[in-house]
Parts: sequence; structure tokens; C-alpha cells
Amino acid sequence: MAIVARSVTKRFGEFVALDDASIEVPSGSLTALLGPSGSGKSTLLRVIAGLEQPESGIVELDGVDVTRRAAQKRGVGFVFQHYAAFKHMTVRENVAFGLKVRKRPRSEIRKRVDELLELVQIAGWADHYPAQLSGGQRQRMALARALAVEPKVLLLDEPFGALDARVRKDLRAWLRRLHDEMHVTTIFVTHDQEEAMEIADQIVLMNRGRIEQAGGPRELYEEPANEFVMSFVGPVNRFGESFVRPHDLELRIDPNGETTAGTIERVVHLGFEVRVELVLEDGRDLWAQVTRDEAEELKLAPGGTVFVRPRRSRVFQTT
Amino acid sequence: MHKWLLRFVGLFYLLVVLAAPVGLIFYRAFEHGIGPAWDAVTTPEAKHAFFLTVLIAAIAVPANTIFGVICALAIVRQRFPGKGIVNALVDLPLALSPVVVGLAFLLLYSRTGWFGNWLTGHGIQIVFALPGMILVTIFVSLPFVVREVVPVLREIGTEQEQAAATLGASPWQTFRKITLPAIRWAIAYGVVLTTARALGEFGAVSVVSGHIVGKTETLTLHVEAQYQQFDYTGAYAASVLLAMIAIATLVAMTLFKPKEETR
Repeated sequence: MAIVARSVTKRFGEFVALDDASIEVPSGSLTALLGPSGSGKSTLLRVIAGLEQPESGIVELDGVDVTRRAAQKRGVGFVFQHYAAFKHMTVRENVAFGLKVRKRPRSEIRKRVDELLELVQIAGWADHYPAQLSGGQRQRMALARALAVEPKVLLLDEPFGALDARVRKDLRAWLRRLHDEMHVTTIFVTHDQEEAMEIADQIVLMNRGRIEQAGGPRELYEEPANEFVMSFVGPVNRFGESFVRPHDLELRIDPNGETTAGTIERVVHLGFEVRVELVLEDGRDLWAQVTRDEAEELKLAPGGTVFVRPRRSRVFQTT
Repeated sequence: MHKWLLRFVGLFYLLVVLAAPVGLIFYRAFEHGIGPAWDAVTTPEAKHAFFLTVLIAAIAVPANTIFGVICALAIVRQRFPGKGIVNALVDLPLALSPVVVGLAFLLLYSRTGWFGNWLTGHGIQIVFALPGMILVTIFVSLPFVVREVVPVLREIGTEQEQAAATLGASPWQTFRKITLPAIRWAIAYGVVLTTARALGEFGAVSVVSGHIVGKTETLTLHVEAQYQQFDYTGAYAASVLLAMIAIATLVAMTLFKPKEETR
């Protein structure tokens, strides 16, 4: 089920959380809402879920305008960053909640809940309380709870934000696999560009309540629309008027007319990759990313001089 | 060393200001055996006072519980102009002396009071009758449920309620299945405090009751009346009865405590 938000504006007092934001999420896709904190990504998700009312703009689910429809009636599954587990209910009761309020027959509820607990790999914890679960398990429970009512869309608000790095990586891969099996249109909010790049089909990059760019992970990285996008989705150097990625800098021993001379400040070996920190003739700092082999060939060492040329760079119109 | 000192000071304090006076009441009530005490609390006046006290509490406590929860929800979950005033107003009964409350009700509802003429004309009697006593009791026992529930509501936040809404629960279902279970202990504690206050209220009720024996005399008023008539056994026995109702309320609350909480 496709999700469309058109010209959505939302204010909290003086603060403009969403400023004329529009997105389109194709049916069955996995889309990341990416941006720094305060960029409005969570607010946009909450507007789509019906947990916030926008001042203006509309939200459509599968072509139907649901802007004035209560969250209760939108048929969306929502997963909160801090799980929002029902503390006084067991894991089983948590997952069954949506089915119970829909007054489904008991046997059906039981069957469906068992399937879901199996799916999210917490079947052994069915009769425990959320407080007895780890963070990762709690979030999987919250996901099972959202999936129980067969939502047409699944909205995840920084689902892995409160988890530690390893659990986060596991859950990320697991979410992608789950999505590939179920094909529920999914939007997840994250401030981690690596997370977005790794699992999303489409990334919507937000900043200060506005959409900066929407597109595939590769498109955002290769064809950034502006300086903000370029610097948010990957490392970037300023080279004169243009912007260049550290791995797009060519280092040479000899000048070739297009190069600029620089002095090596530091060489950091990070396994396969080597980080070279330079100061150019005009005093500007810059860092280049080269392979271990290249570093050896060029005999890079602090204090030495190299000649730098961007292989690929971008110039943005300043607005 | 100072661990023992702490305990000693704490216990001594409790003994002097709590246990000793209460113990003495029990002692004085049963000084001449169970018989006289029993006779004292089974006189028609004592029985009537007992039923009147229970009746007033039975109306005031549910009223303040329902109102208290609604009021707490409004204070925590909603934004409206004058919220600060509402919040402060709830505490007024704690700050105001009950006697003053009683006098205020007299000023409003007595025959010469502001609404007195109108009420008398319609044959409604508020003061020196049951309605006035119920009203002042509600007034003085109003803050407890609100004050117990507000911090718990703040602490649980709104995420669980929002999650319930996205899962298809109506506002009423969300309240019943998510909010209410989360605040039930705060409510229970508030109810115990409200009940204790409603049963024990003296000042305000004394002013608006008119002390009509067998009609508007509650247990606390009965205790005072007996004491002033030098019927010490009667006064102490009625006091014991009051203490017993309070203890029974506490015990009932503990018994109703669901198992999961004691896990």
C-alpha cells in the first residue's frame, strides 16, 4: 500500500517541525527517513500514523485521504524507539492486544500470536513480562505486536536507536529479511546513514523540517542534490569551490599540471584503508582515503609532500 | 553504631506519637471489659452515628475517586487555559482549615446564606442535614486521589497509550486496558487516604451538622459528645470503632492486591 504525504506542515509552538514536506513511498518498499535530530523525521512518521495532526497538508494511504482519520482507524503498525511495551501484560498478551480489541476468536488469536512469537524468535518468552526481556527482545515483541493486526503499512520510529551496536546490526539485517518475506510497505526513521544505506530501497533525507532529497541509497551518495546531502550520507572534503569525497582524491608523487601540492600531516592505517591527512599550499585541511597498496607505492609519510587532484567532485549552487 | 541510633530514634518517635495514644484508646475502651464497650457502641445513637459515617464515606469516596481520576487526566494529559489554577485549587482543601470550610458552606447554604432563600423556597435543606455533611466531606477529602494519580500518569507517559491507539483500541479501551492498570495502585492508595479522611473528618462536619443526636451525628461527633457528657467508655469505644474501620480499609486494599504485583 503506497503512502503519500503532501505539503505537510506541523508546528510545535514557535518551532516548525515540518515545513511543506512531501514524500511518496511506493507500495511494498522499505523506505528510510534519514536526518539529524530535530529534522522532523519522527514528526513526519507520527503524522502518517495519525499520532500528530498537521496544520496543513494531506496524508494518503493507498490513494485514500486519511488526514483527518484517527490513528485507531488507519490500520498502521507503529513501533516506538523505547518499545512502548505494555508493562502489566505478558509478552503473549502484548502481542495479542490488537487482536483482542478487534474481538477475534480466542483460538485464532492464540494461533496467530504463536506464529508471530516464532517469527520474531521470542516464543520461549511468551509468559514473561516485558521487564524480564532484553532490549532487542522487547523491540522484537513490539514488532510482533504491530504485525499481529496485519497492518497495511509498518512505521518504525528509530527502532534500533536504544540498542547497543551489535544487537543493532543483527536486528537491521533481520528486519531486511523480514521485509523481503512480507512485503509490507515500511518506513523507518533513523539518524544513522549507514543503517539507512544498508537496508533501505529508498532514502528520504530530511533537514530542518524539509525534504532535502529522496532516492535510492546509491543515488544519494553519487548524485547528491546539495552540500547537506553530500556531507550527510558520507565523508566529504571541500576543494576550492567544489566538494569531493576522500576516496575520490588522487594522490601523486609528481605534479601533472592539474594537481595542488600538499604536506602530509598524519597517516592513519585502518587495515585495508589508509587515511591521509594533508595541509594544502593555501593552508586548507583535507583528508584522502587510499588503499594500503597505494599508500605503500607512494611511500606516504608525515612531513612528505604529495600532489592532489580530485577525480570526481561536485559544485553546488549556493542558495 | 549510628545504624542503631537511627532505628532507635525512628522507633521511639513512632511509639510516642503514634502507638502510645492509639494503644491508650484501646486500653481505656476495654478498661472495664468487653461488655460495657460493646453496650456503648450499640446504643441507638452510636449505631446511627456509625451508619451515618459509613454512608457519608460511601458517597464521598467514589465521587472523589471518579472525579479525582478525571481531574488528574485533565491536568496531565491536556493543555487548557487556567490549568495552573485548577492544579492549585485541588490542593486548597489541604491548606484550608476544615472549620473554615464548614463556615463557608454555612455562609452559602444556611437560611440566611446566599443560596439559602432559594433553597428554602424549594424545600431543600443543605446545612444541618445530610447533603451538607456529604458536601463538606467531599470537599476536605478531594485532593488525595488527584495527588496520588498525577505523578504516576506523568511517569508512565503517553507512548503506551499511543501504541494502543495504533493497534486499533478506542480511547475508552485504551483507558481501561492500558491507563487504568498502570494507575490502579495510585488510585488504591488515594482511596485509602480519602476514606481515612472522610471517616475521620471532624471540623467541617461539626460546623454544618448542627449536632442533632440520632440525625446528623457522625462517629467523630459522637465521640466528642460522649466525652463531654463524661461517658469516657462510650467515647473510647466509638474511637476504637473508628480505628477499626480505618484498619479494615487498609486490610481490604492489601487483600485485593493482585498477585503479579507481589511477584
